Amino acid sequence: MSIELINIWYIVAAALFIFGLKQLGSPATAVRGNLMSSIAMLIAIVVTLFNAEIISFQWILVAAVVGAIVGGVAAQKIAMTTMPEMVALFNGSGGIASLMVGWAALYNLGNTVFTDITILISILIGGMTFTGSILAWGKLSEVVNSAAIVFGAQRFVNAVILVVIIGCCVMFTLNPAVDSPYLYAVIGLSFLFGVMAVLPIGGADMPVVISLLNSYSGLAACAAGFAINNNILIVAGAMVGAAGMILTNIMCKAMNRSLANVLFSGFGAVKQATKVEGEVKPIVPEDAFLILEAAQSVTFVPGYGMAVAQAQHVVRELGELLERNGADVTYAIHPVAGRMPGHMNVLLAEANVPYDQLIEMDDINPRINNIDVAVVIGANDVVNPAARTDENSPIYGMPIINVDHARTVFVLKRSMASGFSGVDNPLFFGENTRMLFGDAKESISSVVAEFKT
Amino acid sequence: MEAVLLALVLMLSIFLGFELISKVPATLHTPLMSGANAISGITIVGALISAGSELGGLATILGGVAVMFATINVVGGYMVTNRMLSMFKKKPTDTAGDKS
Repeated sequence: MSIELINIWYIVAAALFIFGLKQLGSPATAVRGNLMSSIAMLIAIVVTLFNAEIISFQWILVAAVVGAIVGGVAAQKIAMTTMPEMVALFNGSGGIASLMVGWAALYNLGNTVFTDITILISILIGGMTFTGSILAWGKLSEVVNSAAIVFGAQRFVNAVILVVIIGCCVMFTLNPAVDSPYLYAVIGLSFLFGVMAVLPIGGADMPVVISLLNSYSGLAACAAGFAINNNILIVAGAMVGAAGMILTNIMCKAMNRSLANVLFSGFGAVKQATKVEGEVKPIVPEDAFLILEAAQSVTFVPGYGMAVAQAQHVVRELGELLERNGADVTYAIHPVAGRMPGHMNVLLAEANVPYDQLIEMDDINPRINNIDVAVVIGANDVVNPAARTDENSPIYGMPIINVDHARTVFVLKRSMASGFSGVDNPLFFGENTRMLFGDAKESISSVVAEFKT
Repeated sequence: MEAVLLALVLMLSIFLGFELISKVPATLHTPLMSGANAISGITIVGALISAGSELGGLATILGGVAVMFATINVVGGYMVTNRMLSMFKKKPTDTAGDKS
């Protein structure tokens, strides 16, 4: 196939990617959109194999079969609760692939300075996406400490790394040999920089990091596209980069923080919230049942704790029982609840909760005063009224779901330790708050059992 | 000139990406992210060219390994997105064909 013909097919693929992404934006068409985008990918791969430059296929075949098996098995086996880890690993493999594509492009003859620079960019972004994603995976799966790791000279060290990277890049472009020591330095430093970038980011900020790394993996592909002069890589990579940026921005807005603040501050290490004192009012499942049975409207507010306790199925069961009992049941989802954008929506969908029952924060808050019972399951920061009232709180100014304005609030909590970011939550001492201590799954199951007797 | 044209393509694609994604409901954030992630596996096209064009030595090895990683990204990304999306359902009262 001639290069012209291949490029025409690439245009077809690009158009399908665009339609696919567009359709991913609505629940009714999303499945079709994903299919369309996968067909676009297939077209791009198949026509590339007809490229006259490609003369040996044995390595391609072996690598593709291994990759397809690994990816396919992982996608089938993974539990929905560990989806953030999976996405992080897929991001990482895209990043390292782009690094290698850029690196291999050095072996092409007749590279211009511009090409050399784009090669370096694809190596840099690809490398930091790779190690950043691996570290994010480690933090999410608690293989490494998920807290923000901040040390005094961090900014200085990062600045030094950045300067050395730029220096090595300049030295490399002056004499772009494939065995240049500066090349290896750039690769190593890009790995180091990825680690340094994710270290100071704590578990609760993970939705931002995951979407940012997603954006980087697209930009790495885009840079690799420049390195090998390939349109489809540039188009698809840039769209992914832009999509990731938008998600990142949505996540930052949901926390009322700038991207710079998320990336560099080491959340929770800066301010000490005013300690609230008070008395908690515990409740037993039997009494919780009596209140729920009388309720006209119930809203569930899930957080990362629901994922940990794997409570989504019993929550849905309780929701159905309440609906059968005549109550209006909704699920209020904060944009940054969980460890990745839309984490709670996926878990509830897995448990067969229809998506039209999932309400966004801005839609539930205006009518939360009329909600009889708000059930908080494993959420803390996203329902913490200190975000409205306590200027010393690290989360001050973050928009929250105002569950404290509901008539009654149940908070399901393992014990009385403070939540992830270590901020004290005045919600627990509220007049209308009842604490249901114990494992979220067991607590809900006990309430469900009460309903059935 | 070539570089300028590619830069133009880049700019248009970024604007297109912003336009396409800016109004996506929160429910779909995760599938959108993993779907976009699968698209970023497009780097497989570059990997195929490096692996197959016998540039020799390290370039072929790099290409081959890149094909493997990119395939993990592509196959895994699309499959997991599809698995997630097929879980999203409307209220059971208006079933039958709401997903077509």
